[in-house]
Amino acid sequence: MSTRPVLVVRGLTARIAGQQVLEDVSLEVPARGVTALLGRNGVGKTSTLKALMGLIERSGTIELDGEPVDRLATHKVVQRGVGYVPEDREVFGSLTVAENLRLAERSGGRGGRHGVSPERRELVGDLFPDIIDRSSQRAGTLSGGQQQMVALARALLNENRLLLVDEPTKGLSPRLVGEVTDALEKAAQVVPVLLVEQNLTVARRLAGDAVVLDGGRVVHAGPAADLLDDESRVVALLGVGGEPGQSQSQHQSQHQSQDQSQDQSQHQSQQHDTAEATS
Amino acid sequence: MSTLVLLLVTGVGLGALYFLVASGLSLIYGLMGVLNFAHGSFLTLGAYAGWEVSRRMSDGSWLSLVLSLVVGAAVGALVAIATELLLIRRLYERHVEQVLVTVGLALATVALFDGIWGTDAVYVSGPAWLDETSGVLGAQIPHDRFLLIGVAVAVLLGIVAFLRFTRFGLVIRAGVENRSMVTALGIDVRMAFTVVFAIGGAAAGIGGVLASQYFGYVSPQLGASLLIFAFIVTVIGGLGSLLGAAIASLAVAVLQQLANFYASGTGDLVVVLLLAAVLLVRPSGLMGARA
Amino acid sequence: MSTSTTPPTSREDDRPATTRGQHGDSHRAATPGGDGASRTRRRLVEPVAGLVLLVVLAVLPLLNLSIPGVLPGATYTPGTLQLLALCLLFASLALTYHVLFGITGLLSFGHALYLAVGAYGLGIVLERTGLGLLPAMVVTLVLGIAVATLLGAVSLRVSGISFAMVTLAFAQAGSVLIRRNPSITGGEESLPLTTDHVPAALVGVIHTRNLYWVALALLVLVLVLVTWFERSRAGHVAAATRENELRVRVLGMRPYPVQLLAFVVGAGLAVVVGMVYLLLNSGVTPRVASADFTLTILVVVVLGGLGSRWGAVVGGIVYTLLDHRLTALASSDTVEQLPALLRVPLSEPLFLLGTLFVLVVLFVPGGLVGLGTRLADGVRGRRGSTADGAA
Repeated sequence: MSTRPVLVVRGLTARIAGQQVLEDVSLEVPARGVTALLGRNGVGKTSTLKALMGLIERSGTIELDGEPVDRLATHKVVQRGVGYVPEDREVFGSLTVAENLRLAERSGGRGGRHGVSPERRELVGDLFPDIIDRSSQRAGTLSGGQQQMVALARALLNENRLLLVDEPTKGLSPRLVGEVTDALEKAAQVVPVLLVEQNLTVARRLAGDAVVLDGGRVVHAGPAADLLDDESRVVALLGVGGEPGQSQSQHQSQHQSQDQSQDQSQHQSQQHDTAEATS
Repeated sequence: MSTLVLLLVTGVGLGALYFLVASGLSLIYGLMGVLNFAHGSFLTLGAYAGWEVSRRMSDGSWLSLVLSLVVGAAVGALVAIATELLLIRRLYERHVEQVLVTVGLALATVALFDGIWGTDAVYVSGPAWLDETSGVLGAQIPHDRFLLIGVAVAVLLGIVAFLRFTRFGLVIRAGVENRSMVTALGIDVRMAFTVVFAIGGAAAGIGGVLASQYFGYVSPQLGASLLIFAFIVTVIGGLGSLLGAAIASLAVAVLQQLANFYASGTGDLVVVLLLAAVLLVRPSGLMGARA
Repeated sequence: MSTSTTPPTSREDDRPATTRGQHGDSHRAATPGGDGASRTRRRLVEPVAGLVLLVVLAVLPLLNLSIPGVLPGATYTPGTLQLLALCLLFASLALTYHVLFGITGLLSFGHALYLAVGAYGLGIVLERTGLGLLPAMVVTLVLGIAVATLLGAVSLRVSGISFAMVTLAFAQAGSVLIRRNPSITGGEESLPLTTDHVPAALVGVIHTRNLYWVALALLVLVLVLVTWFERSRAGHVAAATRENELRVRVLGMRPYPVQLLAFVVGAGLAVVVGMVYLLLNSGVTPRVASADFTLTILVVVVLGGLGSRWGAVVGGIVYTLLDHRLTALASSDTVEQLPALLRVPLSEPLFLLGTLFVLVVLFVPGGLVGLGTRLADGVRGRRGSTADGAA
C-alpha cells in the first residue's frame, strides 16, 4: 500500500488571466518523504501548486489517494487533506498568531467539530515554540521567519495526506533557513511533502525524489540524489548560475565552488553557506 | 453655542444613519469586492416593513418601535441574503457584472416600491418621547437624535463583537485581508459572503426604520438618497474598514450640518469637496490599506 | 503574484493581448472562433451595412412607414420623429459612454453630468448672452471640456470601484447645484430653450424633421469620432489599460494621461449630445443630471453589448423604444384591469427595464449584439464547418 503515490497528476494545464502557464504537466508524488519540484525561475512551479489547489483555472486529472480532486473548489481540495504553505507565507497580518492558527483548524474530516488532535498540537508546539510564545501578537508584526513558521504551523495542525510547500526558505536569514529546514524534515516524517525550493542545499537535504519543470512541462522525474549530485544535469535542467556560454566541463572541473554559486543565484551567499553548514 | 450643540448632535445622529448604511457597504466591499448599489433598497424596504408594523400597532408605543426595528432588520437581512444567493453568487469573482446586477436591482426595486406604496411619502410616527426635546448644554435636542446615536453605537459594538468573537467573524476578518488564502485553509468563504450580506442588510434595515423616524416619512427614494452619502463615507473612510466608515460617517454628517447652517445650504457640495480633498491627499481613504 | 509564476512563453502570449485593440471594433462581441478571414469580411461588411442603414434612416422622415407596437405613428409624423430622434440621441450618448467604459474600462457613475452640462450650459448661455447658436455651442463645449478635465483629473486618482463612487458623488453635486439654483437653472422645473438666437428651422413641432436630421448627423459624427479614437494609438493604449493596467505600466506607459484623455473625449462628446438634447426637447429638466439617468446610460451600454460600438447604438435605440412602449403599456387600460399582483410590476416601466437588465447581465453576457452574433454564428456553424461551433 505504501508504495502507491499519494498524488497523481496527468496532463495538468493551467491559465492565469487567460494566459497559459502550465502545459500538460504529469507527475507523481510518493506517499512518503519530500518530493522536490525544481526548475528555473518562472517555469511554473508556483503555478503547479496553485493549480493543484484549484487557486487558478486548470484542467487535467489530479488524483489524491486515488480520488479525483481536479474538479473540486479550493476549500474542498483542502478538506480532502491537502495543506498549503504559499510562496509569500500569506499569513493574515491583522490577525493574531492564535487567530491565524484557529482559522486553520479544520473539523476532523468525519463531521467532527473544529479542532485538532492533541498530538498535532504537541507537534506544532515542539516545532515552533517561538510562535506559540507569541500567540497574542499580530502576525503582521512578526519577522519573515516567524511568519513562515505560522504558515507551516497552519498546515501542520491538521491531519493531511499531503503538504504543498512553496519556497519556505525564500528571503530568510541563514539561521532561519536551518530552522525551517529542520521543521520540514520532521514534518515529512508524518506527512508527504511536495516542496518547491530554489535553495538546492535545502532541496538536497530534504528531498527523496525530484521533479523538474521547464517551460511549463515536466522534463525530469526521479530520485533527487540522481539529479542533484550530477552537476551537468543540474546545470542543464535548472540552469542555476550557469551562463549560456559556459561549457559543462568548466562546471565539472570547479565542482564544489560552482555548485555554491549556482545556489546563490536565488539566495544570498552567507545564507547559503550557513544552510550548507547545518546540513 | 446652543445652536452649535444642536448642529453637532444632529450631525452625529445623521452620521449614525450614514454609518448604518456604510458599515454594510464597507464590509461587503472589503470581503467580496462588490459595490452594492441595491443597499439603498434594503434600507427602503426595511423602512416600509417597519412602517407596516407600526401602522398595524398604531399606538406609537415603544413596543411598536422595537418591533419595527426587529422586523426592519429581519426583512433587510432576508432580502440581502436572497440577493447574494440568487444574483451575486452566480457572478462569483466577476466584479463589474456584480455591480451591474445590483444597479439593475436598485432600479427595479425602487420602481417596485413606487408601484406598491406609491410615489408619495408615507408618514411615520413613533413614541411621543421622540418628538420631545431635552436641554443639553443650553441646546434643546430632539430625542430622536439620541435614539439614532444609541442604536448605531449598539450596532457598531454588535458587529465588532461578532467579528472578534465568532468563527464567522474570524473568517470575515481574514477574508477581507486575503480571500483566496482563506479558501486555501479549507474554508468555504462563500458562507461568509452570505453572512456579511445578512449583517449589512440587517444594519440597513435598522437604518431604514430609524431614518423614517428621523425624517418622519418613508418614500421609495429614501434609500437612494442616503446611499450616495454612504458611498462617499465609505470612500473617505477607506473601502473595507469598519472603523474608517464610523469615523467618516461622523465627519461627513457633522460637516454637512455645519455647512448647511453656516454656509447657506451648501452641505452636500462641501461633502463632495471633502471627498475630492481626501482623494487628492490619500487616495485609499482615511483607514484604507495603501494600494 | 510572484514573477516565478510567469513562464518563458509569456512573451509570445503577450502579443495578442496588447494588440487586441487593433481589432477593437467588435472585440468583446467578436465571434468566439473568429479567424482572420471572417474578421476581414466583417471589416468590409460593417461600413457597407452602416451606409445602407444611414440612407434608410435619412429618408425615414420622407416615408409613410408604420410599425404598429413599436412606433406610435407613421414615420413622417412629428411625434414619431421626435421619438426616433431621441433614439438616435440615446445611441450617441451610449457611444460617448462606450469611450469610457467599453474601451477604457472606466466604470463612471457620473456620465449624465456631462449631458446636463451640455443641455443646461447651452440653455443658460443662450438665455443670458446675445450669442448665436453656434458661438453659444462653442462656449458650452469649451466649458464642458474644462469641467470634464478638472473632475476627471481628480476622479482618476482612484480606480475601479472608488472611481465609480467618486464620479457618482460629483454628478450628485452637479444635480444639487441645478436643483438649488432655480434663478439660473429653473430648479426643479425645466429650463426652457430661449429661441431668440436659434435658427427658425430648428424650432417648433413642424420642424421636428430637421431636428431628427440633426440628431442623425450627430450620431454619425459621434460614431466617426469614437471609431477614430478607438483605432488611434491612444485608443489602443486605453484598451490595453482596460485589459491589464499592470502590463501597460510594465511596458513603460502611464495609464493616467490616456485614461484622462478618454474621459475628456467621452465627456466632451456627451456635452455635444446634451446640447442637441436641449434643442430637440426645447428645454431640459433636472432629471438628466440625476444618478438614475447615469445608471440608465450604463443599462443601455450593457443591454446593447458591452465593448461594442454597435452594441451601444443598438442599446440606445432599443432602450428608448422599450422605455416609450413600456410607459404606454403601463398607463394602458389592459394593465389597469389586471389583478394587483400583475398590475403593480407592469405599471412600472423601470421595474421591467431593471429586471430585463439583471437578466441580460446574468444570462446574456454579450448583450443584444452578442446574442445576435452568437445566433448568426450558430446558424453559420450548423450550415458549415463544425469546428466553429464550440462557442
